[in-house]
Amino acid sequence: MTAALEIRDLHKSFGKLEVLQGIDLDVAEHEVVCLIGASGSGKSTLLRCVNLLEPIDAGRISVHGEEITARGVDVNRVRRRIGIVFQSFNLFPHMSVLRNVTLGPRKALGLSAADAERRGADLLDRFGLAEKRGEYPDRLSGGQQQRVAIVRALAMQPDLLLLDEVTSALDPELVAEVLGVIRELATAGMTMVIATHEMGFARDVAHRVCFLDAGRILEQGPPHEIFSAPREERTKQFLQRIVDAGRL
Amino acid sequence: MFILVFALVLAVLRSLPGPVFFPLRALAIVYADFFRGVPTILVIALLGFGAPGLGVSWMPTSTTFWGIVSLVLVYTAYVSEVYRAGIESVHPSQEAAARSLGLGRGQTLRHVVLPQAVRRVIPPLLNDFIGLQKDTALVGVLGAVEAFNQSQIDAAASFNFTPYVAAAALFVAITIPLARFTDWLLARDRRRQQAGRLA
Repeated sequence: MTAALEIRDLHKSFGKLEVLQGIDLDVAEHEVVCLIGASGSGKSTLLRCVNLLEPIDAGRISVHGEEITARGVDVNRVRRRIGIVFQSFNLFPHMSVLRNVTLGPRKALGLSAADAERRGADLLDRFGLAEKRGEYPDRLSGGQQQRVAIVRALAMQPDLLLLDEVTSALDPELVAEVLGVIRELATAGMTMVIATHEMGFARDVAHRVCFLDAGRILEQGPPHEIFSAPREERTKQFLQRIVDAGRL
Repeated sequence: MFILVFALVLAVLRSLPGPVFFPLRALAIVYADFFRGVPTILVIALLGFGAPGLGVSWMPTSTTFWGIVSLVLVYTAYVSEVYRAGIESVHPSQEAAARSLGLGRGQTLRHVVLPQAVRRVIPPLLNDFIGLQKDTALVGVLGAVEAFNQSQIDAAASFNFTPYVAAAALFVAITIPLARFTDWLLARDRRRQQAGRLA
């Protein structure tokens, strides 16, 4: 079976700053991989590269065996199969919740308005947002906005979902509702790559945890190994800082 | 109307990325620089006296026509800059979100960037329209009879300057409602945003 996501020797620099220095990562179908690491370690950049929002400098990325970083690949077609949810939600403020969710299916997938709305309404219903369909994003709480953003990505029925620190911009009491949605998706078998600072969540939900440090995956393994018996000194230091901050 | 459409096209041209579009982008920049740099009255004189003077048979010679063309040319340049400011004020993360859904560049511009940009620039746009409305007085140099011109004729005929007052009153009668309308739009926007924050 080909991997859902296969990254080989990925390099990415912003000017002189080498953010990703040779990333290798395989994600199997239905697998949930959490990326942990300090700010600036390259987690977000990695996700943005997979979604082709950032052009890469070297290496290659394949999704279900298709190399998406090859020349001449239709980036829009690739992005339709890969959903991404951002730290800052990035909902469209001039559209109602339902239109936010149906824009992609209508315009990128070419669904009829009725089909797109049915799909959107079903998803909003599933995640407890049914009454919010007519509201504008500004009128929702952060947690609700982020759930809408997740629904917006899901409405494209992606093969792979990327979550970029989706709870980092939320008030602590709103984090749980968003993590709940992600847990449900994990249970439903969604293939996900999650960049997160929520270590407890990563330990619970991930099949595998990757520790990124200075643009490399320094250590990876099942959560119980990474969190209880890290091999690398840098991982130990990082986790110690998290424990000291009372976050694990 | 023409101005709104042309200016939008110009602003979009200028926002096109990549070296392929360099000629179009350069053209848009040159246009905006030129027509914002040259005094309106000079453009009007140039076209109003110059174009009919070329003696090209199919060109209209009506001074009103050339007066309008001049104002459209000049204000398109101003308005395109207003649009551009609006387009650039839409955060790049909005574009990223739209593109991440698989929307193309054009679709992103149409459904996500422009609707937000245009909403934001409505007040400054109306400001330009008040300016435009006042600048119609400049077309008078061509001999086209607009309000100011008419008042000069009347004043000269009667040695009485009340017609100027009447002309001024006419302009104000149009610009003041526009100005109040702009204020009202701004206030409504503010109210909406605050409603959002309270919720």
